Amino acid sequence: MTDLSKSGAVGEPVRAGAATPSAFLDVRDLRIHFPTDDGLVKSVDGLSFQLEKGRTLGIVGESGSGKSVTSLGIMGLHTVGQYGRGKARISGEIWLDGKELMSADPDEVRRLRGREMAMIFQDPLSAMHPYFTIGAQITEAYRVHHDVDKKAARKRAIELLDRVGIPQPDRRVDDYPHQFSGGMRQRAMIAMALVNNPELLIADEPTTALDVTVQAQILDLIRDLQKEFGSAVIIITHDLGVVAELADDILVMYGGRCVERGPAEKVFYEPQHPYTWGLLGSMPRIDRDQTERLIPVKGSPPSLINVPSGCAFNPRCPYADVPKDGVTRTERPELRLVTGGEGGRHHSACHMSQEERTRIWTEEIAPKL
Amino acid sequence: MPDNAVPDETVPDQDVTIPRQQGPGGEPLLKVEGLVKHFPITKGVLRRQVGAVQAVDGISFDVRPGETLGVVGESGCGKSTMGRLITRLLEPTGGRIEFEGKDITHLGVAGMRPMRRDVQMIFQDPYSSLNPRHTVGSIVSAPFKLQGITPEGGIKKEVQRLLGLVGLNPEHYNRYPHEFSGGQRQRIGIARALALKPKLVVADEPVSALDVSIQAQVVNLLDDLQDELGLTYVIIAHDLSVIRHVSDRIAVMYLGKIVELADRKALYETPMHPYTKALMSAVPVPDPKRRAKRERILLKGDVPSPISPPSGCRFHTRCWKATDVCKQQEPPLIPLVTGHQVACHHPENIPEKAVTNVPA
Repeated sequence: MTDLSKSGAVGEPVRAGAATPSAFLDVRDLRIHFPTDDGLVKSVDGLSFQLEKGRTLGIVGESGSGKSVTSLGIMGLHTVGQYGRGKARISGEIWLDGKELMSADPDEVRRLRGREMAMIFQDPLSAMHPYFTIGAQITEAYRVHHDVDKKAARKRAIELLDRVGIPQPDRRVDDYPHQFSGGMRQRAMIAMALVNNPELLIADEPTTALDVTVQAQILDLIRDLQKEFGSAVIIITHDLGVVAELADDILVMYGGRCVERGPAEKVFYEPQHPYTWGLLGSMPRIDRDQTERLIPVKGSPPSLINVPSGCAFNPRCPYADVPKDGVTRTERPELRLVTGGEGGRHHSACHMSQEERTRIWTEEIAPKL
Repeated sequence: MPDNAVPDETVPDQDVTIPRQQGPGGEPLLKVEGLVKHFPITKGVLRRQVGAVQAVDGISFDVRPGETLGVVGESGCGKSTMGRLITRLLEPTGGRIEFEGKDITHLGVAGMRPMRRDVQMIFQDPYSSLNPRHTVGSIVSAPFKLQGITPEGGIKKEVQRLLGLVGLNPEHYNRYPHEFSGGQRQRIGIARALALKPKLVVADEPVSALDVSIQAQVVNLLDDLQDELGLTYVIIAHDLSVIRHVSDRIAVMYLGKIVELADRKALYETPMHPYTKALMSAVPVPDPKRRAKRERILLKGDVPSPISPPSGCRFHTRCWKATDVCKQQEPPLIPLVTGHQVACHHPENIPEKAVTNVPA
């Protein structure tokens, strides 16, 4: 993840960058709010990140943290409007390969969607149309963006099904989604997403509905395809294991905001936010014979209508009472640089001083994990 | 054991040379032998039976007092059906279930009623397992009313004690399920299961619908309750990390059969069945440094249909070690090392001296 604030010193808040971004995907101060009868739901509230081609960004968070809303926002799939049921109020900037999508003409975004950016959904059975064959659905995605005849499109569909590992693709291309198993459907959906060689691929919980042995096959497939096509990949998941397998960089979301982001190894081995510590402590480990108690985060995730003022994690944070100089509880922590350098930049949004956080992690948290 | 109880000849002989695994408590709390459940598939106006889904097909195991038996497997392996059979929510097609030495295999509703105090279940989905029109108080007190029991100090006081026990506010007695979050709802389900002070609690995917941070709270709660109340658990889950954390012994199921049954440490450190090995290698490890070094066994294809399972060893279609014998002969579940039972013709990680035990 290259960062906008190239000149930013450690501890300085992250500033908005230059007018034209250098990163392939640059999301700046994205806000997606939904008006409801109960109040304004702030699903995403000021999210910024960058992603280069050939890199994989893992977005981690619990349900309701805004990860899926973010991905739909990048794809331009929300119904935008000020009022009304299901209407989203969106602000911020999304730059894809030098083009700004938020202010672009909807027709232009439609031309990009499916061709330059594509998405893999969680549940392939509901994401596919039950009335049409797998082949028809893949060829449709191809012919919308390419001026080719049906025969050429069918050939392309078979080629892609073969690439994602469907046996006898020339026969299975005429099957309906219900004739495929869960893992094969997910492969078919990946084929559909890849049919136009997209440069940005967003996978929203791509393996959550699958069994572990099939999950391993799909994760391997996504990794191989990324190497082959060199696209930028965003993988959205609640499973830290999946992120550790695939991601180069990790962004941890909580209450619609980014609380920590950085290279995967930094986030796993030197995490700088109490929520990330909580996630790591809550997780039972398959690679260790640990019989001690897990260290869960107390309480439950915040309501997105009444997000706590200041740090959204404050009510659940075990270190909320640690004194912080000159900061009040109601002040919202900004994302600050922890370390820069070779491995990539590591940011965290916490009021505690970096010395304090490093001390707590190395002395109190890490030994118990 | 009645002659008709074991229709499947693959059920291991409880031979005198192989001492039965017994816990310090002596007799097992629950004893399952050759348990079978086939769901018929019918066709036509006459509802003629044309086949059967062989959901559970001859499994045997014991549950010892005070232990946690983890049951793990992929979807469709029969683990949930097994849970419903041992709590007798389903009628077994064959085999035998003994609870505290009493045969409960074919007891009717009335016959089971006294047993219901001792065997309780925690369900997966905290949204569909609580009646939305009942208050928490009436949900948790339902077991008392059904069993005609008045606890000491009255029902209300007891329900409030239970709510406190599972970490809920006893004042929330009159609230409805929709006022609670997923984790809190699961706690309500646990309070209901514990109301009658059961001996055995069968939990079917108790944490899989919950977020990671909440999952850890519920896992810790189950742990504490076991210590406090001396409960025995059968925990069914697909998540191998959760199973490793909670279980003392673990049964791995594949297509209606137990393929391996061992202590936690032995199973995770020296898995013997190739399926167990593949399953464990497939779990993503939350450790980015290890991803390059990991040796992962990728299984080909999907789990075959339980309507017409493969001949011989059911795993042979996906197994990299399969030979002709695997296609023809079904391997019995036998202990190759003390306390480590495995059903495989070509087991992994076998110590030298145990080689003679491997079936031909």
